Amino acid sequence: MNPVEFVEQQYLKKDVPAFRVGDTVKVSVRVVEGEKERIQVVEGVVIARKNSGVRETFTVRKISGGVGVERIFPIHSPRVEKVEVVRSGKVRRAKLYYLRDLKGKAARLTERF
Amino acid sequence: MTGLIGKKAGMTHIFDERGDEIPVTVLELGPCPVAQVKTKQNDGYDAVQLAFEPLEKKDKRKVSRPQGGHFEKNKLPPHRFLREIRLKPGAQAPKVGDNVTVDTLKDALFVSVTAVSKGRGYQGVIKRHGFAGFPASRGTHEFFRHGGSIGNRDVPGRVFPNKRMAGHMGTDKITALNLEVVKTFPEQNLLLVRGAVPGPNGGLVIVEISGRRRKRVTQHAAEDVADQKKAKTASKTKK
Repeated sequence: MNPVEFVEQQYLKKDVPAFRVGDTVKVSVRVVEGEKERIQVVEGVVIARKNSGVRETFTVRKISGGVGVERIFPIHSPRVEKVEVVRSGKVRRAKLYYLRDLKGKAARLTERF
Repeated sequence: MTGLIGKKAGMTHIFDERGDEIPVTVLELGPCPVAQVKTKQNDGYDAVQLAFEPLEKKDKRKVSRPQGGHFEKNKLPPHRFLREIRLKPGAQAPKVGDNVTVDTLKDALFVSVTAVSKGRGYQGVIKRHGFAGFPASRGTHEFFRHGGSIGNRDVPGRVFPNKRMAGHMGTDKITALNLEVVKTFPEQNLLLVRGAVPGPNGGLVIVEISGRRRKRVTQHAAEDVADQKKAKTASKTKK
């Protein structure tokens, strides 16, 4: 096996959360503040998944106070505790960057069952 | 032993116990059989010659006859690379034929990695020396990525040596000093160092234990020190 792949395998999560681009998810993130540690929840639409192996990341977009906010999480990071799918969206492309130009009703996705 | 030779496998990142991402370069080192031990009496300096990457039978023409004889004398199969690692005076020298593995580096905190950098061909002064070039507008014409003047007139009447100009860039021998050792996988002969290493993936690297830095100064350690200081000053102001 390729040595880089071998190293990456040591750090892969065993139970990779199952979700797709277009899903609305709740991401539980462990945040360390000084000595305390708490869980922060980010809810939004997954608009992209990038890279592979341990370096795989996903981008969550949410509208916060009228402003679009995007956060990028490494899927295999121990800080990403849990990813819960709230609803699945029907999408026809792998990167939903067009959502950045849409607002309100236009930025909705039809649900996939 | 204070060093080892091997190959750069590539880069990735891993997570530490805090969940921080650490960028690492994966190095595949050894096992390197000792091909020759050089001594002060015999050769004028103390060093160990290591061999790396045994050649298959069909590749046996890749070593020259004198080199093949050198391997044969020590009953070693021919290897692609031979490099020397200097020994500290008084250090215990291994015997010819001994295998040197990543284990020798497992207690090292920092290493220096020497390799030949990627070749970039003939490059202009902007890429090669970081010159700023000329403005894209305001009258500049046909003179955008030039270096400008390279000297004066009759005095001195010549261009000074080492004047930075366009030319061949890359394939230089470069040593990245004091890279933190993040982890070793002795069974796979792998060493993980923090950050980048010169050269292409698959290129030859020489790793030596770094003599200059011995203490591990990670970002976390620095933060902890800062926290302690803060706590101290806080308790003082209370009094």
